[in-house]
Amino acid sequence: MQPLTFALNLKFVGKIDQKGERGMENSAETGRDGRLLREKKTLGHKLAGFKRNGFLYLLLAPALILTLLFKYVPMYGAVIAFKDFSPIRGIMGSDWIGFKHFDKFLSSPNFEVIFMNTLKLSFYGLLFGFPVPILLALMLNQVRKAGAKKNIQLFLYAPNFVSVVVIVGMLFIFLSPTGPINQLATQIFGQPLMFMTDPQYFRWVYILSDIWATAGWASIIYVAALANVDPELHNAASLDGASLLRRIWHIDLPTIKPIMAIVFILAAGGIMSIGFEKAYLLQTSMNLPASEIIATYVYKVGLQSGDYAYSAAVGLFNSVINVILLLTVNFVVKKLNDNQGLY
Amino acid sequence: MAVKNSPFDRFLLVLNGLFLTLAVLVVVVPFGYIVIASFMDPTVLLNRGLSFSPSDWSLEGYRKILSNDAMIRGFFNSLLYAGAFAIFTVLVSICAGYALSEDTLAGRKLVMTLFIITMFFGGGLIPTYLLIRELGMLNTPWALIIPGAVNVWNIILARTFFKGIPKELREAANVDGASDFKIFLQIVIPLSKPIMFVLALYAFVGQWNSYFDAMIYLENTKLYPLQLVLRSILIQNQAAPGMIGEQQAMAELKRLSEMIKYSSIVVSSLPLIVMYPFFQKYFEKGVMVGSLK
Repeated sequence: MQPLTFALNLKFVGKIDQKGERGMENSAETGRDGRLLREKKTLGHKLAGFKRNGFLYLLLAPALILTLLFKYVPMYGAVIAFKDFSPIRGIMGSDWIGFKHFDKFLSSPNFEVIFMNTLKLSFYGLLFGFPVPILLALMLNQVRKAGAKKNIQLFLYAPNFVSVVVIVGMLFIFLSPTGPINQLATQIFGQPLMFMTDPQYFRWVYILSDIWATAGWASIIYVAALANVDPELHNAASLDGASLLRRIWHIDLPTIKPIMAIVFILAAGGIMSIGFEKAYLLQTSMNLPASEIIATYVYKVGLQSGDYAYSAAVGLFNSVINVILLLTVNFVVKKLNDNQGLY
Repeated sequence: MAVKNSPFDRFLLVLNGLFLTLAVLVVVVPFGYIVIASFMDPTVLLNRGLSFSPSDWSLEGYRKILSNDAMIRGFFNSLLYAGAFAIFTVLVSICAGYALSEDTLAGRKLVMTLFIITMFFGGGLIPTYLLIRELGMLNTPWALIIPGAVNVWNIILARTFFKGIPKELREAANVDGASDFKIFLQIVIPLSKPIMFVLALYAFVGQWNSYFDAMIYLENTKLYPLQLVLRSILIQNQAAPGMIGEQQAMAELKRLSEMIKYSSIVVSSLPLIVMYPFFQKYFEKGVMVGSLK
């Protein structure tokens, strides 16, 4: 999955889980009843129950083992950030050096630039990117002809399935000094704009193309929620003289408010975990002052230069800030949103 | 009875239609440009822009791309990786989702928590890379297929789906003496075809479109998936090796590398663009199954 899509998927999971837990309680009750009945029957059924669970654990095993191996072992491996890593002695055999790598990063001249680049890129991305899917959904909801609505959605969702390599490749084509956009710009400004090399354009290019690629797909969840609104509400409101905008404000927006809260928490909580893939592709040696973010820095220092321990420390620093952000945003939104947060 | 709109509201609705049309154009025009440009003579395109005169058209870009070894190999590598990844992902998610959908399973809450934590916190790039290296998976396709196959979201989707299957079905089969393995294989699996299809689509598209894991784990260019080949053509401006003879002049080289950009975008995106309209409802279902029940 593209990181964008995946991030979007993550947003849905929050929602799912809230509902899922609720659903689980209900079915747990019926399940308990069912089990009580069965347990009253015979010992044989009891044994069958154990056997059944044995089979279920067998089914669960691959996912669990893979998760422990590929997700939890690296979490433990993150202790490399506190070690003076020697390839010969391995992660566990190397000496502890405490927070030395963190000190090095925090006091390096790069720190402020990279940290602020990461923060600005995702903060502006959230600021401009968050409202667009909501607006799209509210607008799509006003299209009365089902066929027309379907067709518009078909087109608006499509860019989500284009790879990030192709999207960035298209940006290079369209925004090159001789590309179609600059043919226009040259007529207006007298000279081409250096979109891909001038640092001042980097964030605009990144964020606007991101909205272009993902806003349509991100609107699905809002569109679906709006489709569940009882049309009678709108009818009644219009009979009472409520204008279109008032109906949207008082009926449609409150409907999607809980989803907005969850999407916002996850997006704001992930503000420091902005994806590597697109920023790295968009980087040119000229726009680095704006485009070097923590994720690309970790990749370059760690895998290209081989300074594993130091770059792992930078990565860990980033993850920890992320978790703190997520918890904080969740706390704040919960306070503002009648105690409804992610968890 | 329909909603009554004032004249101003009707004006707003017309405006709404115009804005949405504009949004569709913003999406369609760039793709249209690429497709038309891919059929054009690059010199004309560079000097005069798009042209609809047949004398300015050329299939050379497609000829170059389709006769290029790296591109063809990348295409089939991607097909293989994405296919294997989809199958593996579906198997793992369906099994885990089914197990976790059973309310009698002791410890399922703990396991769910273990899964969900991984959504918000991870060891990071370097420790994961070192683990893959330790396991000897570096420079093998396994590094792309196995570690990413467990995705919490997929498991939750599968679990939600199985919760929707009436328990009576399984219990009736149980009474008839069918073993749990038989019930799973002959009743549950056939019923879960729709969710398997949705998960497979997501996994396939995700793997087809990704380049990052391949970039860090694969060194052998013969193993490169399509997206890495595309990256060298589109972003690093390197026409793939073997595509351009060494004696050719710089200008010709530049002309060719410009030309294949357009055709390579079209060729690489074609499979998804062709199948997307047919599968759109399944993709949407993927979002809906979990989020709105």
